[in-house]
Amino acid sequence: MTRTVIAAGKPATPAAVAAVRRQPKGAELERFFEYVCLAAATMLLAALGGMLVSLAIGGWPAFAKFGLGFFVSSDWDPVQGSFGVASLIVDTVLVALLALVMAVPISFGVAFFLVELCPAFLRRVIGTAVELLAGIPSIVYGMWGLFVFGPVFASFVQQPLMNAAPPGSIWERLTQGVPNGTGILAASIIVAMMVLPFIAATLRELLLTVPGQVRESAYGLGASTSEVVMRVTLPYVRRGAIGAVMVGLGRALGETMAVTFIIGNAHTFPNSIFDDGATIASNIANEFAEATSPIQTAALLASGLILFLITFAVLALARMMLAEPRSP
Amino acid sequence: MLKTLAAGIATLAVAAVGAAAVAANISGAGATFPAPIYQKWAEAYRVATGNQLNYQAIGSGGGIKQIESGTVDFGASDKPLKPADLAANGLQQFPTVVGGVVPVVNLAGVGPGQMKLTGGVLSDIYRGMIAFWDDPHIKALNPGLKLPHQRITVVHRSDGSGTTFIYTSYLSEMGPAGWAKQVGASESVKWPTGIGGKGNDGVAALTHQTNGAIGYVEYAYAKQNHMSYAQLQNRAGRWVSPTAEAFAAAAAGARWSTAPGFYLLLINQPGANAWPISGATFILMHKKQANSEAGRNVLAFFDWAYKNGNPAAASLDYVPLPDAVKATVRRSWSTIVGPNGRPVYP
Repeated sequence: MTRTVIAAGKPATPAAVAAVRRQPKGAELERFFEYVCLAAATMLLAALGGMLVSLAIGGWPAFAKFGLGFFVSSDWDPVQGSFGVASLIVDTVLVALLALVMAVPISFGVAFFLVELCPAFLRRVIGTAVELLAGIPSIVYGMWGLFVFGPVFASFVQQPLMNAAPPGSIWERLTQGVPNGTGILAASIIVAMMVLPFIAATLRELLLTVPGQVRESAYGLGASTSEVVMRVTLPYVRRGAIGAVMVGLGRALGETMAVTFIIGNAHTFPNSIFDDGATIASNIANEFAEATSPIQTAALLASGLILFLITFAVLALARMMLAEPRSP
Repeated sequence: MLKTLAAGIATLAVAAVGAAAVAANISGAGATFPAPIYQKWAEAYRVATGNQLNYQAIGSGGGIKQIESGTVDFGASDKPLKPADLAANGLQQFPTVVGGVVPVVNLAGVGPGQMKLTGGVLSDIYRGMIAFWDDPHIKALNPGLKLPHQRITVVHRSDGSGTTFIYTSYLSEMGPAGWAKQVGASESVKWPTGIGGKGNDGVAALTHQTNGAIGYVEYAYAKQNHMSYAQLQNRAGRWVSPTAEAFAAAAAGARWSTAPGFYLLLINQPGANAWPISGATFILMHKKQANSEAGRNVLAFFDWAYKNGNPAAASLDYVPLPDAVKATVRRSWSTIVGPNGRPVYP
C-alpha cells in the first residue's frame, strides 16, 4: 500500500498520485543538506590547502637562497640577510617535549583523581578549576610567567641549583646561566600549565566512558585502585589517551605568546638547563610586524611552513600509533 | 505606507552622506612609539573640528607597506626612509615628535643618573667584550661608584623595533670598528650576547628582575618606572642626563634644512645639552595625492598638532619639535600636490 498523501477531497486517480510522488519535499531538502555539509568539508580542506600553498610560496625565496643550509644553520642575522632555523626547530621541539613530560603525569593524575578517588563535593570544584585553567588566554600566561613566575623560579629553583652545584663539575656546567627566571625550562613549565587542562579534561571524559561493569569486575576480583587504573581503565581508553596527548603536543608546539615573554629569545642551542632559546612561533611573533626586507619575511614564512609540517608529522605519527592492530 | 517608509529611508541616507561629507575621516597606520600621542591629538582634534583620525599601530614596517600600497592616507615610521627609497615610491616624509632611548642599569647601590657610560663602552658591553661591572673601562668613568665583580647581563629587544634601530645606530656610530662591522644597525639585529625581552616593557621587566643587568628603553618607560638610567657623554664632551630638554636640544642642534627628505638620525648631534641617543618619528605621504581632499585633511591635522599639540605631547613624555624645525616642515609641504598639480595645503 502506498502512503502517499493525496489532497483532501480530491479523488486518488493515478495521475494525482503520480503528481504527488514526483515532488517529494523531503528528498530535496535532504539533498540540499548533503550539499551544504559537503561544501563545509570542502571549504575546510581548501582553506588548509590554501594555507599550505601560500606558506610554501611565501617561504620559497628563503629555501631557494639558503637551500639545505636553512635547516642546518642557526645564524639569524637580519642585517646581513642570513637566516637559519636549526636552533629554532630544536628549541621548539624541546619546549614541547619538556612541557609534555611535565604535563602528562600530572594531568593523568588529575583525571584519575576526579574519576576514581575524588569525594563528590570536591569533584565539581576541581573540575571547574581545571576548565578555567584552559580558558585563560595565552598572553595572560605569558605576562604572569614573566612578572610573577619568573622571579619565583629564579629564587626557588635556579639559584639553589646553581649554588648547590660543586664547582668544576659537569653539574655546574649544566646549571650555568643567569638566574633571572627566563629560559627554555621556565617556558616549558608555563606551556605545561597551559596544556595540562586539555589533556586532563579529555582524559576525564574518556575515563567516564569506561563501562561500570569493567571497573566493578576489576574491583570485585580484588584489584587495588592503582591496579584498576593502570591495568584496566587506562588500557581501555589507550587510543583516546594517546590522541589527547597528541593534541596537547600540537598545542605545545604552536604556543606563541606565553613562550615569547619568558624564553629569552636567543638563537642558540641550549648548553645548560637554564639557557635561553627561541621557538619558531615566538620568533615569528617577535619579528613579523617589523620585517621589512623581503628575505626576512620569506624566512619567517618558511619557518612557519616548517612548524606546520612538524605538527602535521606529529598528528600523522599519532594516527599511526593508534592504527596498530590490537593484540588478540 | 511602503512609499512613505522608502522616502524616509532615502532622506536619512542622503542626510547621512551629507553629514559624512562634512566630517572628514583620515586614516593612518604605522609605528607604535607615537601611537599614544597621535591618538590623544586625534581626540582633541575631533573635539575641535569634528574631523576624525583613525590610526592603527601595526608597526613601522606595516605602516610603510600600507602607504606604499595606498590603503591609508599616511604612514608612520620610527625609522626614516632613505631619499632613494622615498623617490622610488613617490613618498615624502616629515618628523612629528622626538623621543629618546635611555640605557638603564640594575646594580645594587646605583641610583638614577649615578652610572656614567660612554658610547664606546656601551657598544663593548653589548658586544660582550666588557663582561664584568668592575672592568677598568667602567671603573675609569665611575671613580666614585663601588662596582662589584659581577657579570653584566645584557638585555635587548627580541622584537623588531624603531627603538632598537636608534640604539644600534648609536652603537654603530660610537663603535665603527667594532659594533658597526660586527652587528650593524637595524630594527632587529643579531645580538652577540644577552637575553631578549618583548617590547619596552619586556626589557624593563627583565632589567628590573636581573641583578647586574643593563638594558635600553624608551624615555617614557625609564621615567615612568623610575629606572636607574645612566648618564652619557655627548658629542660636546659633557655628561648629560636624559630629560625632555636634552632631547629637544638634540633636535634643535640638528641640521634639518640640509637633510634631504628629512633623513636625519638624531644620533650624537652637536649641542652642549644634547642627549646622544634621540630620534624623531616620521610621517610618510605620497608626493602626488590621488585625492586632494584627503591630502589636505592630513596636513591640516598635523598643522593643528604642531600649533596646539605641545602640551599633550609633553604630558605623555614626548618631546615636541622646535619651532624652527616645524617651520621648515611646513615649507616642505608645498611639494605635496593634488591631481591638478597644485599644493594641497594650505
